[in-house]
Amino acid sequence: MAETAIPTSANRKKAPNRIMTWLRLYKKHRYLLLMLLPPILYFLLFRYVPMYGVILAFKNYRFLDGIFGSAWNGLDNFHTLFNGRDFPRAFRNTIILSTLKLIFGFPAPIILALLLNELRIIVFKRIVQTVSYLPHFLSWVVLAGVFMEIFSPTRGIVNYVIQWFGGEPIFFFGDRDWFRTLLVSTEVWKTVGWGSIIYLAALSGIDPSLYEAAVVDGANRWRQVWHITLPAMMPVITIMFILAVGGIINDDFDQVFNFYNPAVYEVGDVLSTYTYRLGITEMKYALATASGLFVNVIAFALIILTNKITKRFSDYGIW
Amino acid sequence: MSVTIGKKSVGEKVFDAANILFLTFFAITAVYPFVNILSISFSTPAAANAYGLKLIPKEFSIEGYKEVFANRYIWTGYANTIFRTAVGTFLNVVFTVLCAYPLSKRYLPNRNFYTSLIVFTMFFSGGLIPNYLLIKELGLLDNRLSLILPGLVAPFTMVIVRNFFMSLPEEIEESAKIDGAQDLRVLFSIVLPVSAPIIATISLWYAVAHWNAWFDSLLYMQTPDKMVLQTVLRKIVIEGSSQFQNFDTYDPANYNAPSPDIIKAATIMVATTPILFVYPFIQKYFVKGVLVGSLKG
Repeated sequence: MAETAIPTSANRKKAPNRIMTWLRLYKKHRYLLLMLLPPILYFLLFRYVPMYGVILAFKNYRFLDGIFGSAWNGLDNFHTLFNGRDFPRAFRNTIILSTLKLIFGFPAPIILALLLNELRIIVFKRIVQTVSYLPHFLSWVVLAGVFMEIFSPTRGIVNYVIQWFGGEPIFFFGDRDWFRTLLVSTEVWKTVGWGSIIYLAALSGIDPSLYEAAVVDGANRWRQVWHITLPAMMPVITIMFILAVGGIINDDFDQVFNFYNPAVYEVGDVLSTYTYRLGITEMKYALATASGLFVNVIAFALIILTNKITKRFSDYGIW
Repeated sequence: MSVTIGKKSVGEKVFDAANILFLTFFAITAVYPFVNILSISFSTPAAANAYGLKLIPKEFSIEGYKEVFANRYIWTGYANTIFRTAVGTFLNVVFTVLCAYPLSKRYLPNRNFYTSLIVFTMFFSGGLIPNYLLIKELGLLDNRLSLILPGLVAPFTMVIVRNFFMSLPEEIEESAKIDGAQDLRVLFSIVLPVSAPIIATISLWYAVAHWNAWFDSLLYMQTPDKMVLQTVLRKIVIEGSSQFQNFDTYDPANYNAPSPDIIKAATIMVATTPILFVYPFIQKYFVKGVLVGSLKG
């Protein structure tokens, strides 16, 4: 506002007026504002106060001094993290696991949606869909318990099949060579059904007359999928892919935390589980805050970036 | 879906059959793990320890369940979960509506500022430790309120409700305003009755989230009696904590005594059965959420 730069008599008169109008507006809508007050207080206390708490990441926290009394130490906490053994390992594991989950988990719901879309028996389609949603409604605590049986080296079905084919039983939950496979495959298993919803919605929006016209032109079903179904899905696939890449720093705490144990930290410990142990188990609050802040800042930057990119690819972004 | 006019070719028939076969196999892999656990929970140790498909228990036994129902933490866990789900969901809905309604009014002063203030929290947060220290400073550690207050309003859900309110015709409210009704009365006697479907939907979202939550209880609760069912389940099944389920008395020589694995399986079933029965009927409300979320401009 350039006009405020030079205080003229007209402006000086205007300023109190603006406050008056503002006050009048607030008085006029006082009931609406009063309604909004409790939620706003909630957001300030439970969301913004912790945001302010990230200053701890730049302090040398001592219990006696508290958050505010503790001395600043600049970027020392970040130096300690990066020069340690566990933080870089957790960072590496996070990126590797996210990438693997992207490679295997991203195409899976698309393929499922395409296959469901080709079903002619609608009742069967509904049943498969409903069944595939089941894992979405269960917590990783339940699923970890369930998979410990399925992958049990002494009596689980997976090792039963492996032995039936003449292989040696594998202790998936404790084997460094197999732990990532376990995480990725169970993640895909949990998310594939629910993930297909968005693609099925895109498919149901395709104009049926397109298919009829294609048949008249002599296209078989494979050709129809290739030339009509897939192109119609492309905008959704593109956006979902950008969002998935944008979430690469976000690991699945609930899954890893219920699956892992010290034997597989080397390949399975991710940033969120490391932050948890650092902060809650070892009570190194400042270091853990720094570790969490590191992830949150990268995640935030990625969201801004992906939103910019999706806006370029389509009419709508996330906000 | 692609179409065929006239007779199907051989290739198509093969594809259709293979597709049905594959999707059947896929559906089986989605439910089999639970059938497996159900079967183990009703087995004798000998049957549970054998390799095999385990679709139905070979030797039927309910000893595992006897042990689970004798565990007091299962009961306190259930009580705590029901408490947080009931009270938590109610408060979630109240606060979400209180937040969404004013923000749906274009004439609300500083509306954009308040909206951005809330939306920003979707993308950035203080992180685990600052949140934990806040709860600690507020003296809410080991208090059941710490399971409810920190997640009072989900910004994403709030935005969906706000958009719904904005889609309502303004005339119905204007007529009430002319009659002299205040904002709060307009909300309760006019807006809420026509918003029943969205209120039901978000109630289910909040309720299922409460039911499945376990981390906050693990983090904030110290007294075992105050932990929710999912946390008790984790303590027994994942951590094998002897504080929550005494496995030491297990005597392998006693043929009928349930082994730890059977008790774990029975615990999983006891904790999961409610959601297994409910989810087919409520899933459509959640599907709606995925679609609304993706269409949000």
